[in-house]
Amino acid sequence: MNEDAGPIFRQVAAEIENAIVDGSLAEEAQAPSSNELAAFHRINPATAAKGLNELVSDGVLYKRRGVGMFVATGAREQLLKRRRSEFADQYVRPLMTEAQKLGIPARDIAAMIDEWEGQ
Amino acid sequence: MATGTTTAAVTVHDVTMRYREHTALDAVTTSFEKDAITGLLGRNGAGKTTLMQLVSGHRVPTSGSIRVFGSSPYEHDAVLRDICFIKEGQRYPDHFRISDALTAAAVLFPNWDADLAASLMRDFDLPAKRNIKKLSRGMTSAVGIVIGLASRAPLTVFDEPYLGLDAVARQLFYDRLLADYAESPRTVVLSTHLIEEIAPLLERVLLIDRGRVLLDADTESLRDSAVTVTGPTDKVQAFARRHELLHAESLGGHMRAVVRMGEAQGHRAAGAAGLSVEPTSLQQLIVAMSLQTSTERASRPLAPAASLEEVS
Repeated sequence: MNEDAGPIFRQVAAEIENAIVDGSLAEEAQAPSSNELAAFHRINPATAAKGLNELVSDGVLYKRRGVGMFVATGAREQLLKRRRSEFADQYVRPLMTEAQKLGIPARDIAAMIDEWEGQ
Repeated sequence: MATGTTTAAVTVHDVTMRYREHTALDAVTTSFEKDAITGLLGRNGAGKTTLMQLVSGHRVPTSGSIRVFGSSPYEHDAVLRDICFIKEGQRYPDHFRISDALTAAAVLFPNWDADLAASLMRDFDLPAKRNIKKLSRGMTSAVGIVIGLASRAPLTVFDEPYLGLDAVARQLFYDRLLADYAESPRTVVLSTHLIEEIAPLLERVLLIDRGRVLLDADTESLRDSAVTVTGPTDKVQAFARRHELLHAESLGGHMRAVVRMGEAQGHRAAGAAGLSVEPTSLQQLIVAMSLQTSTERASRPLAPAASLEEVS
């Protein structure tokens, strides 16, 4: 985990979300335990548990008592929906800020995207 | 894995420790959470070792009270059995071999795990029959780590456990500490200057500076308690004036400032001002706060807060 990237529990949660979005962690599959995450990332187990618990309260994971945590059905769709709504803010805003600095008009950017898609 | 527990294994209340003219600890009140790993940080001479000696029952405070699992540790055998203090530069009797140190520890600590000790001896490549006096600095540190982990003491205190250890051996220490802590959670306190390396392992941080508590908080909230703002000097200065500034550096017309605020707030506030915003690592926060207090001491000992002009 990255020491320069804010709270580690959020990085843990984001990593599990990524695995769900790209399909490597399927719905109804068991998520890694806090001790497994702690050992793999060399982080405190309480921090790993906090990341998992955040995903439980978001409804992405659910607990099976005495067994572990599992990916909820519908979690992938839920995450995709949220990421799509954040897309403009996370990707288009920095793109436009840089474009403004360089004096590239929006229509030129649209043309670049068309060209990119044609490749 | 227990989380969110608020029970304290150790409470330190209004503790002052004086050695003749020197005040090593000045009215310190804090606690070490049960079954958490706490990092004890601070510059050389801050009072870290004194605090660890007091908590481990090796000294009596000049004033104030210390409770470990509810009782005063000093000359209290029932409590001392539950405490393993690995001192920096631990001295052993002459002619003591590593195996003799392990035998003594096995007698001393009721939870001693001989299998764990044997496997750690292999991990660190320690020669059991070698006289401890003849070991290198790093190997002596490794002996302390073996004893500290295998003691499985409910309170284990490490004072700079890895002086002289190479990067491989340090990583081995982190891995074995985490693995054993996961298996058998206990209260661990360790002092270190290698903040960046140890930070991900810590649940809590206690920062002391010249015998006083500067920070006492959980590590994750600290990672979200300050941002580093960069941009043109005039803009950064204007921004910092409206918030709590911890530290600033400038190069030409460019300035970098550590400002106390959460990441989300930082992105909104500084982002709107056209400045770039990044999270501040634990190490950067600790350095900024320690520098801030030494700047205050140097310029205005009783100043309530440093102004930008003084820090920059």
